[in-house]
Amino acid sequence: MVDKSLELFDCGHRACGGCGPALAARLILKGAGEKTIVVASTGCMEVFSTPYPETAWKVPWIHSVFENAAAVASGIEAALKKQGRTDEHVVCICGDGATFDIGMLCISGAFERGHDITYICYDNEAYMNTGIQRSGATPYDASTTTSPAGRESTGNSINKKDMPAILAAHGSPYVATASIAYPADLMQKVEKAVNTKGPCYIQVQCPCSTGWGFDGAKTIAMGKLAIETGLWVNFEMVNGKVVRSKKVVNRKPVEEYLRAQKRFRHLFRPEVNKEEVAKIQAIADANAEKFGIDVDITK
Amino acid sequence: MGLNIGCAAAPGQARDNKTGSWRVFKPEVDHEKCTKCGNCVMVCPETAVYLNDDAVVIDLDFCKGCGLCAEECPTDAITMNLEDK
Amino acid sequence: MLKIMEGSHAVAEAVRLCSPDVVSAYPITPQTHIVERLAEMVADGDLDSEYICVESEFSALSACIGASAAGSRVYSATSSQGLLLMTEAVFNVAGMRLPVVMSIANRAVGAPLSIWNDQQDSLALRDAGWLQVYGEDVQEMTDLHFIAYKVAEDHNILLPAMVCFDGFILSHTYEPVDIPTQEEVDAYLPAFDPFQKLDVTNPISMGMYATPEYYLEFRYENDQALTRAGDAIREAGHLFGEQFGRDYSTLTEGYRLEDAETVFVGLGSICGTVRESVDRMRETGRKVGLLKIRSFRPFPSDEVKAALSGAQQVAVLEKNISLGSAMKGAVGLEVSAAVGKTGPEVYSYVLGLGGRDITPADIAAVADAAEKGDGNRFYGLRTEVL
Repeated sequence: MVDKSLELFDCGHRACGGCGPALAARLILKGAGEKTIVVASTGCMEVFSTPYPETAWKVPWIHSVFENAAAVASGIEAALKKQGRTDEHVVCICGDGATFDIGMLCISGAFERGHDITYICYDNEAYMNTGIQRSGATPYDASTTTSPAGRESTGNSINKKDMPAILAAHGSPYVATASIAYPADLMQKVEKAVNTKGPCYIQVQCPCSTGWGFDGAKTIAMGKLAIETGLWVNFEMVNGKVVRSKKVVNRKPVEEYLRAQKRFRHLFRPEVNKEEVAKIQAIADANAEKFGIDVDITK
Repeated sequence: MGLNIGCAAAPGQARDNKTGSWRVFKPEVDHEKCTKCGNCVMVCPETAVYLNDDAVVIDLDFCKGCGLCAEECPTDAITMNLEDK
Repeated sequence: MLKIMEGSHAVAEAVRLCSPDVVSAYPITPQTHIVERLAEMVADGDLDSEYICVESEFSALSACIGASAAGSRVYSATSSQGLLLMTEAVFNVAGMRLPVVMSIANRAVGAPLSIWNDQQDSLALRDAGWLQVYGEDVQEMTDLHFIAYKVAEDHNILLPAMVCFDGFILSHTYEPVDIPTQEEVDAYLPAFDPFQKLDVTNPISMGMYATPEYYLEFRYENDQALTRAGDAIREAGHLFGEQFGRDYSTLTEGYRLEDAETVFVGLGSICGTVRESVDRMRETGRKVGLLKIRSFRPFPSDEVKAALSGAQQVAVLEKNISLGSAMKGAVGLEVSAAVGKTGPEVYSYVLGLGGRDITPADIAAVADAAEKGDGNRFYGLRTEVL
């Protein structure tokens, strides 16, 4: 059992107040422990935590370029193996842009080769560091600067890529989703992943107040609402099979979640776009069905 | 001092950056209401909240005033007040 | 011990003797025989390395970055399209001051696609901050690998190195080569001692980002290190000579320069053809010579200026093209800057691109052109297809 009281992410970083990924970094390191080598991609977390010479990382940390964290991690793992350093964990902590899009090549290669690494995607659902552009993780109808809502558009027209399924299909022994809204669960999943041999993947939803458009104090509340509406499901897959998913009692309609964020505001002005909200509700319903999350106690 | 080769650095210097100066709202803890559940400690993205022997302490050098601790406190023991500067 | 070996296999032998912890391999013509031979060695237990079959050249170099940062000696090899694909990582390695050594089997770049030799690939990345050395024959290109590791890993240098040699012409040619023993190599090249590394007992952050207050200074330090590397290569080359009997204590090599009026400048295997051509031309009374450049980065300006001081004209044989540039060739621009205003006239001749053969007759024709002041152009165009 790792000592989760250790603080391995320092004060003085430059994240926005209430930043989801900043909290994720802190919690991930608690779950992984001191004997962790972090491989970062270019992105919000890397930028706010390492402006030379100020670094917030109290564990060894390396950043190369945007898309190659998984390949860099592969090299570190091979070196550690050769050097006989068997008790150090290699953990990639990368944003959704770096993971879903530009990093696909390297992740696929690393997972296919079966390196003993953990890859954690901090998912704030867009390229936030560069000013909120659409990524493969951006949910349907979210407005971003490259998928803006407008007279001819209701926002991002593409469904969120199913990275957990893709990496499970690569043979990953442990794939999980998590959320900063449930810190203990996140830490426990990280601890499990770093102690599971082989390439493991955790996708952590990190609501972004700046990018999604809500008050920073509500970051955790927003994460809970994502789960309570079924638009985000916390689950675990062991050897490709879902073994656990977080149940939701009396699942809330998606509208409550959508209305709370500026990135979905266009669906409610000048009045409710019933057709689009229904499509998003269908996504939540499909999630609920697929993962069996519904617990209805009104009956 | 000299530049560190390869743009590398040891930890510690982030603390030179006192992010407490960013604050607009300041958290205040009502220790009577506080049950020391530890929620606030867990949810602070700045690692600026900790539990001393007998009380919750907020490090004002680094607290950005985001309000997460106040929001997540189950007994509403933390309030965010406009700070006089 | 002298053996007849294919160039790529000689390189694999050299790499094996340097004992990298991690080899990351992706195939590309004409380098592939190197990584294939290394794979055989690993499979037979003759090379105790972690061998990663990466999914692209970009990943090959990225894996090297990770392994080197974790404190291991690493190796990769590539050519042409592969080198261009890893461009982002190439700049990154130099900026991070990681002593990666990579063989480049020089090959043309597309479009149009070509698998044959020229030096456009490595020269396209001349500004990335790597050491670049060029071998003239199989022996030299093999020896340069030991020297490259030694200089790269020197704590006063800490820069990655490209060991370049002409694809097919050298990589696939059998020549006699003296391969040293493991004991000899271990005496010359000690075990890798990283300057800094990823280490849980002493955590550091590597590859941070630099704001405008620091960035210029980081680039300055890189340039300083690369400039220092000139002397480091000379020293390591001199030491190599003392130990192995083949001296590499200069960054250039002159051939029959003493009274030469027209001097050819070249990188790599073309120098072999030029030596032959120089001898033939000398027999007819022409005063010609050759200046071979072994180290292109750092560029040996002092040696070049001194070597060419007696010449009247310099004909730079360019197996590259810097499209749209002032002299057409990348090497001529540097030679011209090195000799300065009071030096001889320097002319670039772009030839041999995409594997086109260069003969002694071509060399003589280039000398004719240089003596007439007709240069900075392509040589040997097939006008009938234009």
